[in-house]
Amino acid sequence: MPLLRVVLVLLLLLALGIGGAWLWSRQPEIAGIEPPPFSSFAADLVARGARLAAVGDCDTCHTVPGGPHYAGGRQIPTPFGTVYSTNITPDRDTGIGGWSEAAFARAVREGVSRRGRYLYPAFPYDHYAKLADDDVHALYAFVMTRSPVIQRTPRTRLAFPLNQRWLVALWNLLYLDRTPFRSDPGRSAEENRGAYLVEGLGHCGDCHTPRNLLGAEKSGEALAGGMAEGWHSPALDAASPAPVPWNADHLFAYLHQGWDTEHGAAAGPMQPVVEDLAQADPGDVRAIAAYIAALQGPPSAERQRRAEALLAQSARREPTAPAHPADDLGAAIFAGACASCHFGGPAMVPPRGIDLALSSAIAAPDPSDAVYVILDGIRPPEGRPGPWMPGFAGAFTDAQLGALLRYLRGQYDGQPAWPDLDSRIRDVRRSRERS
Amino acid sequence: MITLTVNGKAYRLEVDAATPLLYVLRGELGLNGAKFGCGLGQCGACTVVVDGEAIYSCLTPVVALEGRPITTVEGLGSETAPGPLQRAFIDEQAAQCGYCIAGMIMRAHALLARNPAASEAEIRAQMEPNLCRCGTHMRILRAIRRGAAAMRTAQSSPGNVPGGEVSEARR
Repeated sequence: MPLLRVVLVLLLLLALGIGGAWLWSRQPEIAGIEPPPFSSFAADLVARGARLAAVGDCDTCHTVPGGPHYAGGRQIPTPFGTVYSTNITPDRDTGIGGWSEAAFARAVREGVSRRGRYLYPAFPYDHYAKLADDDVHALYAFVMTRSPVIQRTPRTRLAFPLNQRWLVALWNLLYLDRTPFRSDPGRSAEENRGAYLVEGLGHCGDCHTPRNLLGAEKSGEALAGGMAEGWHSPALDAASPAPVPWNADHLFAYLHQGWDTEHGAAAGPMQPVVEDLAQADPGDVRAIAAYIAALQGPPSAERQRRAEALLAQSARREPTAPAHPADDLGAAIFAGACASCHFGGPAMVPPRGIDLALSSAIAAPDPSDAVYVILDGIRPPEGRPGPWMPGFAGAFTDAQLGALLRYLRGQYDGQPAWPDLDSRIRDVRRSRERS
Repeated sequence: MITLTVNGKAYRLEVDAATPLLYVLRGELGLNGAKFGCGLGQCGACTVVVDGEAIYSCLTPVVALEGRPITTVEGLGSETAPGPLQRAFIDEQAAQCGYCIAGMIMRAHALLARNPAASEAEIRAQMEPNLCRCGTHMRILRAIRRGAAAMRTAQSSPGNVPGGEVSEARR
């Protein structure tokens, strides 16, 4: 029976291989500690940690909307299933109160919990791996001085084999780059600081870089545009769809105050990011802006000419309803619903909307963001000022929304029509009804 | 020529396709319940119900509304026979200057017509876009809770509803 023998040997080898990989993946538990008293952390260190946590946008994922800050339990949708964020308040039993700084640093940079369990890469440790020791130190001081909240994290239950957390060790082997951040001598100190924050703590690529089938960011396509919660995250590199090219000043305005006169307001998953960045060290936000601007490089002469023409045209528009031929449904909807805020008159300063000729959402290769914004509008967080737009989910049918967007795309951008507009409208409508 | 169905009645109108519904309601049809507040969709005084959803009539061009049922506050009842939600607003004396009230009633109506058992959190989330500059929000919330209770009672014993509800098809 040679065939049976061959099969048996192969099975044995496979079992040995899996067993070996499992053994290799084992991570030691790091001993628990008594939660350190708040007084053991210097106030200025905690304050620095707070400004860094704002760059990291930690509270967005680690807080259920309306719930206690940093107590976790938020559902993070991934293509592989729902992952629950953890309680990172210093409660000893349900949070990370018993974690030493070494355990915290290992979790942040390597994605392994204090007990030695692999964390899913929904937690962007593949970015945090770049964090410098003193920044980890400040972040530790910050989280360990939050109010401890007793709140058990719901168990993440992914389907087999994804529920075998040790398999993440293999993912890490492929995709976790453990080399620390290295400055580029060709860049200014500010740009290097920005690069460190963008690649590391800011984890911009988490949304703005396309991902492969295993959910890892595609190497060589950093910041080339990705997806976030159904939204299209525009390219931040030279492929940026912005009709008026970004520069460091406009990026700073956008990131620091949440909107920019030449590009519009942050919306969707970017909104909590800019809310947090408003609390960050403005110097760090400037550094991020400087790096992204450098990444995009100076625009071509033609692009620059086109941008100047767009800005001049936008400044010349009369604040009257635009022409709308009787047979153009999209034009009529724009004139009746959108023009009062988005056409003519002074440049964008909330509550005035951006001239849509300048809007990245209309110029983007994917219409999803424009669809989300029209359906749901834009709202500042409760009790805070900020850009505002009413939602039109009840006002327009899918066909009407399609007509409006086709009109805007043709009128304002001159780019080819979105080929998948109708199906994207249906997808977005469905995803809103689910949530 | 555009045909609009308002409170169950069809109207043929000779208006520009981009005309906001609010102007037609007030200027052409004499339905003055919905108010012009900000014209930007920020205050909700113009709220009416279309296809069961609350919308800003100041920002919805009539061309988008052909063949879709529109309900205004006048469609919920009359002065002599107010609907249960209107009755509740009167009983709670929810209006001070009254400018926002038609919009408040219509936004609440959109929620309660599909779920008269709406929770306090659902009611508050639904009403969030509508503003009252007099500050009668607590009375408005009381009126909505009272109206919801009346609508639940009416549902369990049909035929008892004064003024009658205009039924709306949900998409």
